[in-house]
Amino acid sequence: MFTVSRRSASTAVMAGLLSLGLVACGGGTTKDSASSAAPAAPASSAPAKADPNAPIKEGLKLAFLPKQINNPYETIVDKAGIEAAAEFKGQAKEVGPSDASASSQVSYINTLTQQGHDAILIAANDANAVCGPLQQARAKGVKIISYDSDASKDCRDIFINQANSEEIGRSQVKLLSEMIGGKGEVAILSATANATNQNTWIEFMKDELGKPEYAGLKLVKVAYGDDDDQKSFQETQGLLQAYPDLKGIISPTTVGISAAARYISGSKYKGEVVLTGLGTPNQMRQFVKDGTVAKFALWNPKDLGYLASYAAAALASGQITGAEGEVLKAGRLGERTIGKDGEIILGPPFVFDKANIDQFDF
Amino acid sequence: MAPDVKSAGGAADTAAPLLAGLPDRGAPGRLLRWDLLVGLLLVLVFIGGSVGSPGFASVDNLSFALGDLGEIALIALAMTMLVVAAEVDLSVASVLGLSSALVGTLWDAGWAIETIIPLVVVVGAVCGLVNGLLVTRLGLPSLAVTIGTLALYRGLAYVVLGDRAIAEFPQQYASLAVEDVPGTPIPYPVALFVLLAIITGVVLHATGFGRSLFAIGAQEEAALFAGIRVKRIKLILFVLSSTVAAFAGVVFTLRYGSARADNGMGLELAVIAAVLLGGVDFDGGKGTLGGVIAGVLLIGLLRNLLMLNDVSTEIQSIVTGLLLIISVITPRLVAVIGQRRRRPSPVPSPTPPAS
Repeated sequence: MFTVSRRSASTAVMAGLLSLGLVACGGGTTKDSASSAAPAAPASSAPAKADPNAPIKEGLKLAFLPKQINNPYETIVDKAGIEAAAEFKGQAKEVGPSDASASSQVSYINTLTQQGHDAILIAANDANAVCGPLQQARAKGVKIISYDSDASKDCRDIFINQANSEEIGRSQVKLLSEMIGGKGEVAILSATANATNQNTWIEFMKDELGKPEYAGLKLVKVAYGDDDDQKSFQETQGLLQAYPDLKGIISPTTVGISAAARYISGSKYKGEVVLTGLGTPNQMRQFVKDGTVAKFALWNPKDLGYLASYAAAALASGQITGAEGEVLKAGRLGERTIGKDGEIILGPPFVFDKANIDQFDF
Repeated sequence: MAPDVKSAGGAADTAAPLLAGLPDRGAPGRLLRWDLLVGLLLVLVFIGGSVGSPGFASVDNLSFALGDLGEIALIALAMTMLVVAAEVDLSVASVLGLSSALVGTLWDAGWAIETIIPLVVVVGAVCGLVNGLLVTRLGLPSLAVTIGTLALYRGLAYVVLGDRAIAEFPQQYASLAVEDVPGTPIPYPVALFVLLAIITGVVLHATGFGRSLFAIGAQEEAALFAGIRVKRIKLILFVLSSTVAAFAGVVFTLRYGSARADNGMGLELAVIAAVLLGGVDFDGGKGTLGGVIAGVLLIGLLRNLLMLNDVSTEIQSIVTGLLLIISVITPRLVAVIGQRRRRPSPVPSPTPPAS
């Protein structure tokens, strides 16, 4: 019996080697040869002309597809978007997966397409995994707006960027540097390793840290809490144990910063380690008041949902097509100009502290 | 889908005497076979969906829903054979993840996809060999071994690819994973599944090898004394299961166009759920491939239907969970009732054929 298993194993290995050999001779499809081939054709969005004066259609059907349902932040965004839809007599709803994995949004995109929605608003868990189905949706005339976390830019019409990524990344470093006096070890506690928005911000943070005025700051680690409360909590614990000289943590995700604050507020590091990042006032209020966190930043998520909703309506009504330079009229938020690659920026980040936090309830 | 279901169902009859979970195969027992009930339920869901939900029965939607089941269905074929032989492989989703991570890393390193695919499948076979050797040579329970390798292979996947995500795979191969066979609404992975399902159905229900699986599952020692090479067969099954899982990893990666170490996390539960729902007894020795295929389709189409009707994710999980519990309870209830009815019936022991 033993000889049999050995024989079958060696057969398998031989088969593998053989195929390797075959391909080595024949030359195959590699990354280089494939990228030189024509890139995927863009969706058949006809080069329709935008008509800025077209009225917003009534009864538009919009669907919000967040990274995952029951994420408090996404819920705020989507709720505001759904309320905004009522302003222009549209219908909107929120559906989504219960886990933030790359593949879980895909089947929702398909069902939303089948249900005949005019637009899908998506916060992509993985920029590429959702691309194929989004393209199919666009081929059927569904408008795609990404918000919060972008999908690959060939797969959507417009991306509502909550704030200029560069500004967010750089301002976080500035905020932290001010609070720790520009010296010491710092770490970043992010969401998932593939979260599009967090990774962009972290790139800018790293770039900012490279500037001479931040020479005293040393980034020791980027940890990933996967936007999971417990994991973020444990990662914070791990960071503080692994780097006893750590002076500051930046957590550019609402789940991360509140979990980190919860750990620090109950540990000996309270008052020793400065925590900042992006959080919501309701989640952070307690930690700002007890002194664990002095300052943190965010944009207004309600405005984000509102803007996304109006962008979806304007796209579906033909007011805009997503081309650079077009102007979006977004109700109470006024006008926004579409930038490069179909990006619309919500506005600069807003800093919350003890003095102003009670003015916000979300 | 029709041909393979038919063939598997037809072949099931030849194996019927071996499925003797029900004490006596009278007419009511035959009608109450769980796999037939699942098939019936599937038809009901389909009819209900077509009537009640516009868009459900459209070619696009069904094609997508089937494509979405591709990996689960592929792995379920191999899993059915394992469970029939009273073993289980919980590491399949991790093998899928490892395979996806390998595809990503090697592709990123500039390897040819034609080299990567066979290599990854071979790695899958090796993973299965490890599982199989641990179970058969050391005599460890497969549940424990594969829980261990579930963590091990997933860990290796992270070692291979880390936290990165690799995208932009060659278009012609990506198309193979999502597009339909020309002229039909059947995606390529589903077509492959149909082909493999027919082969598996024939092997399981119409060959000596298949019958020996049922014999092993029903009573391993008896099977051994009957001259069945139990260890060797089990080893083959484990290698097969991981090989299929590795291949499913390639399909998964190309279909989503994104190679990540966490791909397919938790997929093993979906596979096992489908196998159990299809009426395969977790204790081994009973079950039909037709039932499993119906189980896979039922879970997939029901989920699709619930989604189309905006049923929340939590409720979807509850529905699937309840269905699963019912699937485990019902055959036992039927057996108990059957036993009460014919009180003095001695429990017939399945007669394993010598092969």
